[in-house]
Amino acid sequence: MLGLNKKDTLLFWIVAALALLAPFILNPFPEGSSLAQMFNAGYPDLMQRFVIFGILVIGFNILFGLTGYLSFGHAAFLGIGSYSAVWMFKLVGMNVIPAILLAMIVSGVFALLIGYISLRRSGIYFSILTLAIAQMCYNLAYSVLGNPSSNFNLTNGETGLQLSLDDARILGESVTAEGALPVTNFFGLAMRSSYQMDVGGWLFTFNAGYYLSAIIMLVSFYVSIRIFRSPFGLMLRAVKSNQQRMNYTGLNTRPYILAAFVISGIYAGLAGGLLSSMDPLAGAERMHWTASGEIVIMAILGGVGTLIGPVLGAGFNEYFKNILSKINDNVLHDWLGFLPDGFENLLVGFLHYFVGKGWHLTLGIMFMLVIIFLPGGLVQGGQRIARLFRRKKNSDETQQTPAE
Amino acid sequence: MDAIILQILNGLDKGSAYALIALGLTLIFGTLGVVNFAHGALFMIGAFCAVTLNKLLSLSYMVEDPTRTDFLGKPLQVATPYVHGWFGEATGEALIDWSVPLAILFSIPVMIAVGFIMERGLIKHFYKRPHADQILVTFGLAIVLQELIKSFYGANPIPTPAPEVFRGSFDFGVMLGFDPNAIIYPYWRMVYFAFSALIIGAVFAFLRFTTFGMVVRAGMADRETVGLLGINIDKRFTIMFGLAAAVAGVAGVMYAPINSPNYHMGMDFLVLSFVVVVVGGMGSLPGAVLAGFMLGILEAFASMNQVKAIIPGIDQIIIYLIAIIIILTRPRGLMGKKGVMEE
Amino acid sequence: MGILEVKNVGKRFGGLQALNNVNLSVAENTCHAIIGPNGAGKSTLLNCFVGKLIPDTGSVMFDGQSVLGRTPYEINQMGISRVFQTPEIFADLSVMENMMIPVFAKRDGSFRMHALEGMMGEKDIVEKAEAMLEDMGLANKREMQASSMSRGDKRRLEIAMCLSQEPRLLLLDEPTAGMARADTNNTIDLLKQIKEERDITIAIIEHDMHVVFSLADRITVLAQGTPLVEDSPENIKGHPKVREAYLGEAA
Ligand SMILES: Nc1ncnc2c1ncn2[C@@H]1O[C@H](COP(=O)(O)OP(=O)(O)O)[C@@H](O)[C@H]1O
Ligand SMILES: [Mg+2]
Repeated sequence: MLGLNKKDTLLFWIVAALALLAPFILNPFPEGSSLAQMFNAGYPDLMQRFVIFGILVIGFNILFGLTGYLSFGHAAFLGIGSYSAVWMFKLVGMNVIPAILLAMIVSGVFALLIGYISLRRSGIYFSILTLAIAQMCYNLAYSVLGNPSSNFNLTNGETGLQLSLDDARILGESVTAEGALPVTNFFGLAMRSSYQMDVGGWLFTFNAGYYLSAIIMLVSFYVSIRIFRSPFGLMLRAVKSNQQRMNYTGLNTRPYILAAFVISGIYAGLAGGLLSSMDPLAGAERMHWTASGEIVIMAILGGVGTLIGPVLGAGFNEYFKNILSKINDNVLHDWLGFLPDGFENLLVGFLHYFVGKGWHLTLGIMFMLVIIFLPGGLVQGGQRIARLFRRKKNSDETQQTPAE
Repeated sequence: MDAIILQILNGLDKGSAYALIALGLTLIFGTLGVVNFAHGALFMIGAFCAVTLNKLLSLSYMVEDPTRTDFLGKPLQVATPYVHGWFGEATGEALIDWSVPLAILFSIPVMIAVGFIMERGLIKHFYKRPHADQILVTFGLAIVLQELIKSFYGANPIPTPAPEVFRGSFDFGVMLGFDPNAIIYPYWRMVYFAFSALIIGAVFAFLRFTTFGMVVRAGMADRETVGLLGINIDKRFTIMFGLAAAVAGVAGVMYAPINSPNYHMGMDFLVLSFVVVVVGGMGSLPGAVLAGFMLGILEAFASMNQVKAIIPGIDQIIIYLIAIIIILTRPRGLMGKKGVMEE
Repeated sequence: MGILEVKNVGKRFGGLQALNNVNLSVAENTCHAIIGPNGAGKSTLLNCFVGKLIPDTGSVMFDGQSVLGRTPYEINQMGISRVFQTPEIFADLSVMENMMIPVFAKRDGSFRMHALEGMMGEKDIVEKAEAMLEDMGLANKREMQASSMSRGDKRRLEIAMCLSQEPRLLLLDEPTAGMARADTNNTIDLLKQIKEERDITIAIIEHDMHVVFSLADRITVLAQGTPLVEDSPENIKGHPKVREAYLGEAA
């Protein structure tokens, strides 16, 4: 179906079902319960982040997963996409579609340029070059092109680029009738509008912005499956496997890698455009190299080079970040209340460093453990567990045989 | 003329830090073939060695000072550092004052230990893994190290002053025969530069004139052959890693008075040091040093107001621009050797 | 006028003159062997044909066009394929995928952006790759990962990949090095068959004299970067200079 083989079709529908039913799946606990406060994640902004970062990592995986070229500057395209979209909102109108398209085009052009330069070298050099160029883009956005007092203020520096009441918006209104800023919309459907469903103690929120992002994520996912299975995808995997053989087989590797770089840059720009569409504000920190590092982390956590890995990695990272940062000492005392007091305090004192504001540390440790022991990420972990079960079943059977 | 000299001087301290970090990166890359994304973290840990020693020496207990009273008329409680009690007030105060230079002694064993643990405990297991994995695991380590520092020392920069005698500036211009006040230069920056030059010289001398250094250099050139000679190159490389860590560490210690240490300073320097390594030529030690100073000084020139008036913001991007131009015109960098990282 | 004309080629590595004034002419549709002791410069010479090295002096003409200054992929597109001393294949990919890549390269040239077309639309490629695997006796290993094959099979796959491009000149660098006797004989049979069935010129570097004398129409002996003699196999066997420089050692 859809030009995919059976296995891929199944995978696609599973992801589609998860994405479309996310408001239910992510809200398993009744509203107001303490478990809900901690573990529910069915809030529009969080769900939006799940799918938007999913898009970002799916795109990154087309580059890193297929060709093995590790870009350490991918957040630059996320930022460029964000800025482009906000400019579209400021100058043209609040419909998100033109904004997203512009974000993709501009980031694609930048990716072509940056890729052309970085791909003059490979391996470590490539990683360092992308890192340096992205950091230059960050500096440009943060200070050089963002001086509020200059008349060439593209990014508005530290404050970040945002809408204002005197923006042109030639195809829309600068100010609404109520004197407020207009909101981003999809042909009239406001991105922040939500429909809430009350079932028993449960509250489910269906947000327009989330569903738009989720559908775009599914399209992106579908395109990525097609790329993985295409002759082009085969060439990219060949690049990763043996560039020398490719050259002596009459294939010019550089345009292949550059094409992958541009495609993944466009994906990142799309993600940036969507972020701005959900909340029309673009700041330079989105381009900082730590943000690029986080993209890499998400890709690794999920499983590089696999189809589902990026989606898993993005979801896992965002979900745990959310939970870990919500846990504070009080919550820990709550949970560990059954322990003897002294021991409890000691343990809370220790765990304190890993939760709340310390979530970075936990994710950093998790990331290291994954690279050391599970280079294939969650996907490999899943496969190992599956194999374990299969082997156990097999050995059970073989044990039974002699008895019979 | 004086303006030019001033900018060169201004570039020296940053240039020294770039050169020292890039030197360590190159040593590790050249010997172990690993690009160490945690090298900036070593610099940061060095700076926090200075912070730690300063804090330790300033640890105080309360004593009642009968000669003074608080507003209720009771004897005043005065915080007195333990070192005052142990060594007498004058020596104690001097110890605190000199905590940054003293921290060098303190940091060297710490850094060597950190380096050993890092290499034996982690990086060793990644020699045979792809370069991407090496980058990733050291990147993960860098995050963990910096977050650990953050959770113990907080997110704010911690001012760590240089010894009293080195605070303030001197009029360098007068010495060279320029007008007074033309070139005012802080003492500590001069100290930092001299110190860096010393360390760089020591590293080169060590590699050049000791047997150990000769083996390491041979190993950098051709690891397999040296291995075949039956020389235990691995052990030497471990020591090399400890040495590189110590170099980064002392660079960090001495930098503490120039920029108050914060947990992300290592990463900030690392990105630029990578650029330095690329410009200098991957695997070339003199290249790393040369490029470090060159970029530091260029950065200082770019931050002159006259330059910024022509090209606004050039100081923020000059280093990257140079790196891009160099890569496009001389892919091997200024002094890079053929065949390093070229598949 | 041969299909490959090598004139006065020289190449220096630092103080070592690896190739010195090499002249060589390979006639179309023959098998030309290059033999010589280790370090004679045989691989270096081959590297000059495929764009891996650029000689310091001299010229290399393929079918009347110079190959010097061209990139390896351009030279391959001109019709030269090369088998390496240690098999260079796509180790992470399946045997079938390995086989399809050169077929794509032959049909689509050095780059084509076919990012959204599935493999299902590539019937001709799949069929050709399958036929080639069948020919080479690798059909039953179709789905195997290439890295898990035996060395002999890897070599076979590499030869198959090169042949599928229907090159006019096939370069083989010690194709039987490190192979067991049985595998060597299989390879000889395979190459003989290729020679008979196709319009193809073969240049082969080989240490195994058994292989050389079963395949070659002409032989060039290289020693210390310079060709000693070039002659037919019968004459080479009895040539005193050759016995001295090369066969003497082997015997
Ligand atoms: N890239 C290189 N750099 C330096 N020396 C080389 C290089 N390639 C080959 N050589 C030297 O050139 C000589 C010829 O090598 P080669 O062509 O591989 O010989 P063979 O005839 O055994 O294939 C050898 O001495 C080898 O060490
Ligand atoms: Mg050879």
